[in-house]
Amino acid sequence: MRILVIEDDREAAQYLHKALREAGHVAEVANDGETGLLLAQEAGFDVLIVDRMLPRLDGLAIVRRLREQSIRTPVLILSALGDVDDRVKGLRAGGDDYLAKPYAFSELLARVEALTRRAQPEEASTTLTVGDLVLDRLAHKVTRAGEPIALLPREYRLLEYLMKHAGQVVTRTMLLEHVWDYHFDPQTNVIDVHISRLRSKIDRSFSRPLLHTVRGVGYMVGDGG
Amino acid sequence: MKQAAQRGASRLAAGEPPDPGRSPGTLGPVAMATVGSRGGSGLLGATSFRLALGYLLALLLVASVVVAALFWQLGDLLTAQLRQTVASEVRGLREQYRVGGVTLLADVISGRSVPQGDGRYLLLDATGAVIAGNLTAPPDGLEIGGGGATFTYRREADAARRLAFGVALEVPSGLVLVVARDIEEQRLLIDRLRLLLLAGFATIMLVGMAAAYLIARHILGRIDAMALTGRRIMAGRLSDRLPLQGTGDELDRLAESLNVMLERIEQLLQAMQEVSDNIAHDLRTPLTRIRNAVEEALREDRGSAAYRAALEDTLGEADELIRTFNALLSIARIEAAASDDRRQPIDVAQVAREVAELYEPAFEEARIALGVDADTGVEVAADRQLVSQAIANLLDNAIKYAALAENDAPHHEQAPIQVDLSVRRRGEHAEIVVSDNGPGIAAADRERALKRFVRLEASRTRPGTGLGLSLVAAVARMHGGCITLEDNRPGLRAVLSLPSVSAPGPSTAPEARPKLLGEVG
Repeated sequence: MRILVIEDDREAAQYLHKALREAGHVAEVANDGETGLLLAQEAGFDVLIVDRMLPRLDGLAIVRRLREQSIRTPVLILSALGDVDDRVKGLRAGGDDYLAKPYAFSELLARVEALTRRAQPEEASTTLTVGDLVLDRLAHKVTRAGEPIALLPREYRLLEYLMKHAGQVVTRTMLLEHVWDYHFDPQTNVIDVHISRLRSKIDRSFSRPLLHTVRGVGYMVGDGG
Repeated sequence: MKQAAQRGASRLAAGEPPDPGRSPGTLGPVAMATVGSRGGSGLLGATSFRLALGYLLALLLVASVVVAALFWQLGDLLTAQLRQTVASEVRGLREQYRVGGVTLLADVISGRSVPQGDGRYLLLDATGAVIAGNLTAPPDGLEIGGGGATFTYRREADAARRLAFGVALEVPSGLVLVVARDIEEQRLLIDRLRLLLLAGFATIMLVGMAAAYLIARHILGRIDAMALTGRRIMAGRLSDRLPLQGTGDELDRLAESLNVMLERIEQLLQAMQEVSDNIAHDLRTPLTRIRNAVEEALREDRGSAAYRAALEDTLGEADELIRTFNALLSIARIEAAASDDRRQPIDVAQVAREVAELYEPAFEEARIALGVDADTGVEVAADRQLVSQAIANLLDNAIKYAALAENDAPHHEQAPIQVDLSVRRRGEHAEIVVSDNGPGIAAADRERALKRFVRLEASRTRPGTGLGLSLVAAVARMHGGCITLEDNRPGLRAVLSLPSVSAPGPSTAPEARPKLLGEVG
């Protein structure tokens, strides 16, 4: 993917640049808002990573400008301000996701990759399929190898989110945000227990696991392993 | 104040040390300079004095207008009466003259000219000699045939100068007749009245000034006392409060509100101080650990596997540090939050159930039964995220600490651990209660447990920042509620109380039976 990083702190920008390249992406860096906006307008980027506090043009203004010009490139806003207010402001300005500093790179990467998936129009398909696991979004039914699997409503939504991002790592905070709509980190590993319950329902009686744990990062549904 | 707090916070966020040049608890030179530097009480300049004086002057002005009008009217009335009296007498005398000529007229005038009476007469012949009457000489300034005037004359009896009003007219055959009334008494009366009123005005003025002065001095004295206290507080005696008279008057009410504000400021300052103390204390430890671990790894070449392990440890420590830091900052933010536009009416029961649903598998895994009993229809105006987080923190604590009891005795002797989450209406408040039958917290430690970073001995070995309960307390305070820790006999009962918005409905619906979410298998 081609990723533009708009970040004035050179060290942070350098770190992101390098880490994104190592993750197999093509990254460019702009160190101030105006340059960043010009580059972003050239299109050709799959994702923008925009810091909120920038010299010459702040991050939210960049996002607003782009949205006014109907440039829909997905944007991840980075900010040192981490409370819900700032998140709301960021999303209202047209950002697609929001991450508070300091962040773990694995978290950022997972979110950036999820964004590119979201940027593509949602397939009109009413079923999600991973291997022999099928989720019917109309009937709210899940089957594996044709066998129906009974899920609680929350488990269903958890699986739906994971399957929408099949092949992508999804972090615990992403799950908390999108499946539970919570923007705080519980101190207990609540998500892990939900996942292990879900796993026991969809993977238990099958030789081929579909719900994988990515150590230290999160979870992934995929037929790769 | 707030800026100072923010400066401090951003300084901390930027990783700089707190400003060493300021002892905590003073506001620094900037704030000091902006507080009223007028030391003395300029009494004449005092608003209360000027106000009282203004009222007084207005009163006097109105009074003088009224009195002046009164005098005017009185004068008019008296003059009109006099004219009438004199005119009718002239008519009578003319009649006499017509009937009996000069002789009868002179007789009548002589008869009427008694010294004690008010009537003053004079009848002169054509040469100006006096024929009859009790006036010694024709009065000055009295025109013959004119409309009448006041004049002074000397009384025969005592030669006193007196005031009279009368007319002079020509009687046929060249006689001149003066008919007048003595009005000296009236003049005296009016003079005395005027004097009395002036004295009254002067008295009002003096008493009013004195009252204004006293009122101003009293009010100013109280305000000065407030200002003095204010300056003392600025100078660092943060626990001082403004003096109250106990009368409940407007100044008392003002002082009370200011005292509430001072209370809040003191709390914020204490919180700030605590934060910086705690950051200094609690963040130094993990930072030192990280530093030592890195140093140790660098000291000896132990191969890449060892380096990797050291780096992973470091990363874990750094993450823990960031978590603590974020928790601290969010608490600081919640505590500094003023009115909040993110507050929506939320159904507490629903919010509690959602959090319980998130936690339920974790409880089951920890072999703890989680009971949820939430009355619907209890609404509070609150931030859903924060209330959810507060409930989550209470459940985190329950899961962490209720299970501690297991360590004290062999498992088979343990009563099964049970945690209950309930939502109730208590009068004007919604109560969210999380209770367990674990080891509980000793009464002496409960207050401390709500403080930042206080990790009671029993929990030292457990993971966590020690900020869970202080966040709950901050959330409660922000919404105007409170958190209390009680004895559940055995165990702990944490009660989060938030002011509710909806009208009390039926207290307990029959279907709100306690239901066990996670029965221990």
